[in-house]
Amino acid sequence: MTKTLTREDLLKAYRTMRTIREFEERLHTDFATGEIPGFVHLYAGEEASATGVCMNLTADDHIASTHRGHGHCIAKGVDPVGMMAEIWGKKTGTCKGKGGSMHIADLSVGMLGANGIVGGGGPLVCGTALAAKLRNQPFVSVCFFGDGASNQGTIFEAMNLASVWNLPVIFLAENNGYAEATSSKFSVACDNIADRASAFGMPGITVDGFDFFAVYEAAGAAIDRARNGGGPSLVEVKLSRYYGHFEGDQQTYRAAGEVQNIRDTKDCLMQFAHRVTSSGEIAQAELDAIDAEVKALIDGSVVKAKSDPKPTEADLLTDVYVSY
Amino acid sequence: MARKITYQQAINEALDQEMSRDQNVIVMGEDVAGGEGSPGEQDAWGGVLGVTRGLYHKHPGRVIDTPISESGYVGAAIGAACVGMRPVAELMFVDFLGVCFDQIFNQAAKFRYMFGGKSETPVVIRAMYGAGFRAAAQHSQCLYNIFTHIPGLKVVVPSNPYDAKGLLIQSIRDNDPVIFLEHKALYTMEGEVPEESYAIPFGEAAVVREGHDVTIVAIGRMVQKAQEAAAELQKQGIHCEIIDPRTTSPLDTDTILESVEKTGRLVVVDESHPRCSMASDIAGLAAERVFGSLKAPIRQVTGFHSPVPFSDTLEELYIPSAAKIIAAVQSTKEYK
Ligand SMILES: Cc1ncc(C[n+]2csc(CCOP(=O)(O)OP(=O)(O)O)c2C)c(N)n1
Ligand SMILES: [Mg+2]
Repeated sequence: MTKTLTREDLLKAYRTMRTIREFEERLHTDFATGEIPGFVHLYAGEEASATGVCMNLTADDHIASTHRGHGHCIAKGVDPVGMMAEIWGKKTGTCKGKGGSMHIADLSVGMLGANGIVGGGGPLVCGTALAAKLRNQPFVSVCFFGDGASNQGTIFEAMNLASVWNLPVIFLAENNGYAEATSSKFSVACDNIADRASAFGMPGITVDGFDFFAVYEAAGAAIDRARNGGGPSLVEVKLSRYYGHFEGDQQTYRAAGEVQNIRDTKDCLMQFAHRVTSSGEIAQAELDAIDAEVKALIDGSVVKAKSDPKPTEADLLTDVYVSY
Repeated sequence: MARKITYQQAINEALDQEMSRDQNVIVMGEDVAGGEGSPGEQDAWGGVLGVTRGLYHKHPGRVIDTPISESGYVGAAIGAACVGMRPVAELMFVDFLGVCFDQIFNQAAKFRYMFGGKSETPVVIRAMYGAGFRAAAQHSQCLYNIFTHIPGLKVVVPSNPYDAKGLLIQSIRDNDPVIFLEHKALYTMEGEVPEESYAIPFGEAAVVREGHDVTIVAIGRMVQKAQEAAAELQKQGIHCEIIDPRTTSPLDTDTILESVEKTGRLVVVDESHPRCSMASDIAGLAAERVFGSLKAPIRQVTGFHSPVPFSDTLEELYIPSAAKIIAAVQSTKEYK
């Protein structure tokens, strides 16, 4: 049984989801001005997944993320101010401006890295989980991956490996229906990604990824199982990305009104706020106060990112090796 | 009739013409149509940068979206080639080679030799490469040198629209596995390209500019940078000869070495990392074969021995510039 959520937990979950949303919406706006370099893949719409999973984790647990990694980073405790500076290519960024949006990592909080290679994280979490197992540590590892990534050999190999070694791994499939422009209805041969679990000898479950509580419960059960030596699980969350594959994508492969309809009827923040305020657990004013604080945090992170220094020639050849 | 089109359009046209000529030519890759199974446009993308846009409707059933399974579909393209299809598989970014290299270097590259000359594998693997887009370490590499190292693969690095079309047509008609690499920064480059179909043979370098003082051998996008440098050096009275190998395997060593024998000075410009690069390969070749005609040490202008950095300040330092080429040429000229 997963622990019941306290008032503090609920406020924390809301703050995390709001921080991700604000961070991504701000990037969406700023990208349009042409100032933000490189490829940026936004996580807006999917906040309940990263938050619902990471609320079950400690800093000693590990996650591997994807190209759409900002939400995973924030939920795992990476500082959004450093992340913003990283995305702007600044020396003060999480990775000194050397990695950018697709490579934000912070091992000090158990965040193994966003990833530019689809499916790259699966094998890595088998390694972190193996280390925990061999050292008799109660730590679990979570691999976030998309519906597109679910078709990568690395993911299949990792699922089998985690099972045969009985590793504390959670394969967390974020099925948002698309890999770039290609539909998961085409690319995934079975109805649900979770159906594949039985082929690898592990339990699989599909949950509503717009519902924070559903994700929190399902991931929590899988994480508890892994922590107690029960082995790996596959958890599929069905959700939607609110923006294009990357910023600039015209999204003509999507049906008109698809996103608006989801925003209006299923949005994870909307559902969460409705539930906790109508139950009387949290007052709307408390949520509004969080909204204001988060907005100030993100505004501040952008002001800082814009004025922070860029790396210089002296940084070009450092960090290739530990010792030279 | 020639008219001006972009490098990207030249590639699209080569695919289109070859698909019309030969039903065995198929195009496959992630989002090469783009929209398979989706509720909106079925060819919404036409490739991640739109290079294959329009082919889906012109060649029904032969532009095939794949799941994200590079080992799977690159290997399938190779298998189909073994039985006489002429697949053009798109790897999107050449960096994704890491996922599917076995199918390319242990399978496709070796079949003909291992099977005693009894097989043909007429597959083309297209991919984009190169830095300059703030795309960071996993989306900016060159890697042509890695393919060039492997016997059995042919490697094509067109530097302009005319070559892109003619070399892609040759790649499709060629009966060996071909790696066709497109520099992202060249997609918008315009140039004169004949409307009709034509093939440029492999292993024939282009002498892009004639000169008698210094030979510059430049790969892919670096041909443009070498031209910028040569125009500037001309003003200083230094006459550069620029050679574009066009294919790194086979490599037209004759044209390169004859030029070095004439000028006595060699600068090689290669965007990739310096170790085990095309630059070091060509420098080694000249040092071994025409040492006697060298009047100065060979100079290599390359990227650095570091992953490609994200931040613009670092990435601009990373990419070889015209200024660095100028300095290298001057140093060979001034060498006593
Ligand atoms: C090995 C590899 N192949 C292809 C790509 C290009 N690519 C980047 S994201 C992406 C789609 C991923 O889809 P999905 O896993 O569903 O994640 P989502 O973008 O929906 O979050 C593709 C094809 C890549 N980065 N790495
Ligand atoms: Mg997806």
